[in-house]
Amino acid sequence: MSDTPLLKVKSVSKFYGQRIGCKEVSFDLWPGEVLAIVGESGSGKTTLLNCISTRLLPTTGSVEYTMRDGSIRDLYHMGEAERRFLMRTDWGFVHQNPADGLRMTVSAGANVGERLMAVGNRHYGNIRATATDWLGRVEIDADRIDDAPRAFSGGMRQRLQIARNLVTGPRLVFMDEPTGGLDVSVQARLLDLVRGLVNDLGLSAIIVTHDLAVARLLSHRMMVMKDGHVIEQGLTDRVLDDPREPYTQLLVSSILQV
Amino acid sequence: MSPEVPSDSGLATYNFAYLDEQTKRMIRRAILKAIAIPGYQVPFASREMPMPYGWGTGGVQVTASIIGPQDVLKVIDQGADDTTNAVSIRAFFQKVANVAVTTHTKDATIIQTRHRIPEQPLAEGQVLVYQVPIPEPLRFLEPRETETRKMHALEEYGLMHVKLYEDIAHNGRISKTYAYPVKVAGRYVMDPSPTPKFDNPKMHMSDALQLFGAGREKRIYAIPPHTEVVSLDFEDHPFEIQSFDKPCALCGAENVYLDEVILDDQGGRMFVCSDTDHCEDRRDHGHAGAMLGRQEAAE
Ligand SMILES: Nc1ncnc2c1ncn2[C@@H]1O[C@H](COP(=O)(O)OP(=O)(O)O)[C@@H](O)[C@H]1O
Ligand SMILES: [Mg+2]
Ligand SMILES: [Zn+2]
Repeated sequence: MSDTPLLKVKSVSKFYGQRIGCKEVSFDLWPGEVLAIVGESGSGKTTLLNCISTRLLPTTGSVEYTMRDGSIRDLYHMGEAERRFLMRTDWGFVHQNPADGLRMTVSAGANVGERLMAVGNRHYGNIRATATDWLGRVEIDADRIDDAPRAFSGGMRQRLQIARNLVTGPRLVFMDEPTGGLDVSVQARLLDLVRGLVNDLGLSAIIVTHDLAVARLLSHRMMVMKDGHVIEQGLTDRVLDDPREPYTQLLVSSILQV
Repeated sequence: MSPEVPSDSGLATYNFAYLDEQTKRMIRRAILKAIAIPGYQVPFASREMPMPYGWGTGGVQVTASIIGPQDVLKVIDQGADDTTNAVSIRAFFQKVANVAVTTHTKDATIIQTRHRIPEQPLAEGQVLVYQVPIPEPLRFLEPRETETRKMHALEEYGLMHVKLYEDIAHNGRISKTYAYPVKVAGRYVMDPSPTPKFDNPKMHMSDALQLFGAGREKRIYAIPPHTEVVSLDFEDHPFEIQSFDKPCALCGAENVYLDEVILDDQGGRMFVCSDTDHCEDRRDHGHAGAMLGRQEAAE
């Protein structure tokens, strides 16, 4: 890990009218680090993730990002063209519902190839070869490359969404309940896959989940949210094995079924 | 192209060229903006015209806004001057603007078209007005108007290649034969719908002004004279136009766009110029195709 954080989140708050989405959240994310944001439904996890990833503009706060060239940029003051370029090259965003992150009517190959074409790749054969390679890495048979994701199972769709995001070699991936809609056995396979990819590629990631098992398996560090506030954060093993806040203790002891 | 309107036009029921002057000014402003930003779709307040959408109401409004008493109008549909659509639009302008009409490409100052660009290269001073049903090239993959506008604004055109990628993946080649997307002046991606891709190269560096009107979708766009127009493709699947095995059966023309004509119910058929004026002109100049005598005998 280098000595500059990849992301510096400072006092990010989001209000929906009077209602708190998230309040005064600050943290640093380091290169190669996987952070889990946990908490029960409605605690502000998605709001926070969307603010950090600039899909949503916060009411107050700032997020600084260390670009590939080492320069540090304030994400909320970046031009839209540059920000969108960053989002589809250096970042990934994996939605809970794959239909939100895929183009359901075009083939798996085109779904994976889209980002390559967006950054100017104009060689069909190369795009297809790269797409084939990525389908293999997410355990989708090469002979499904021309099938639309409509014909895929939930687990396959989610793996396709991951491939589509990783094809440009992003450094940071955001995931919102990536295993949320899946059967338990399918979840386990997907988690193994994500863990392998994150390790192999040295990705940084912020993963929103209500499932502490997901946080345990994937994350180095975790933040616990309640009513829009981060009430506890620390190394994942420490928080799960030795929770300090009474609310976290409830979560961990599964008295609260989140 | 003269904006002057004769005060004694004698047309009691209509303003010259049907549209009122206020509307024409509004449309001309949209046209000027479109010319200033080649390939960019300018919204305009499309008016009801006395014909249904699909009959080229966008093109008709553009023509009505630029036509003057001195203009000579040609109207083509599928390359022909004598189809119902072309005849109706021509008759409309004869009635409401009392302008001269022609079928000869070289004699026209304004040519309104659906589908084809004339084979005879257009000259400086001529205006080609296209009737466009669907102006948005990104619509196929992105139904949200807010998003397609943003993509144009930020020059995010990866989706166009996704569309071409799909075509190759499913058909082994780019099978799209009409409404083939182009990049205009190195900036805006534009849909020349619904012309055959055969005509795409004619748009490139044309001496004529090209105006596009979409009535239902309320958009006008333009290619000024001498503008670069490039058809999108892949390095390993370059853009190609249709080619035909045989020359026109009537006039012997090569390298022109041909239509299939069924001759009888025994499977007899021939391929002839889709541009009827071009074909007739060649025959008048003594060119003859293999079927020329036979076709006339059959008539
Ligand atoms: N678009 C919205 N408009 C109004 N309130 C919202 C909106 N999105 C979320 N909220 C509210 O903000 C709070 C946090 O929601 P959310 O971030 O979705 O939580 P989580 O992802 O942890 O379930 C909740 O009270 C929720 O009802
Ligand atoms: Mg959520
Ligand atoms: Zn001919």
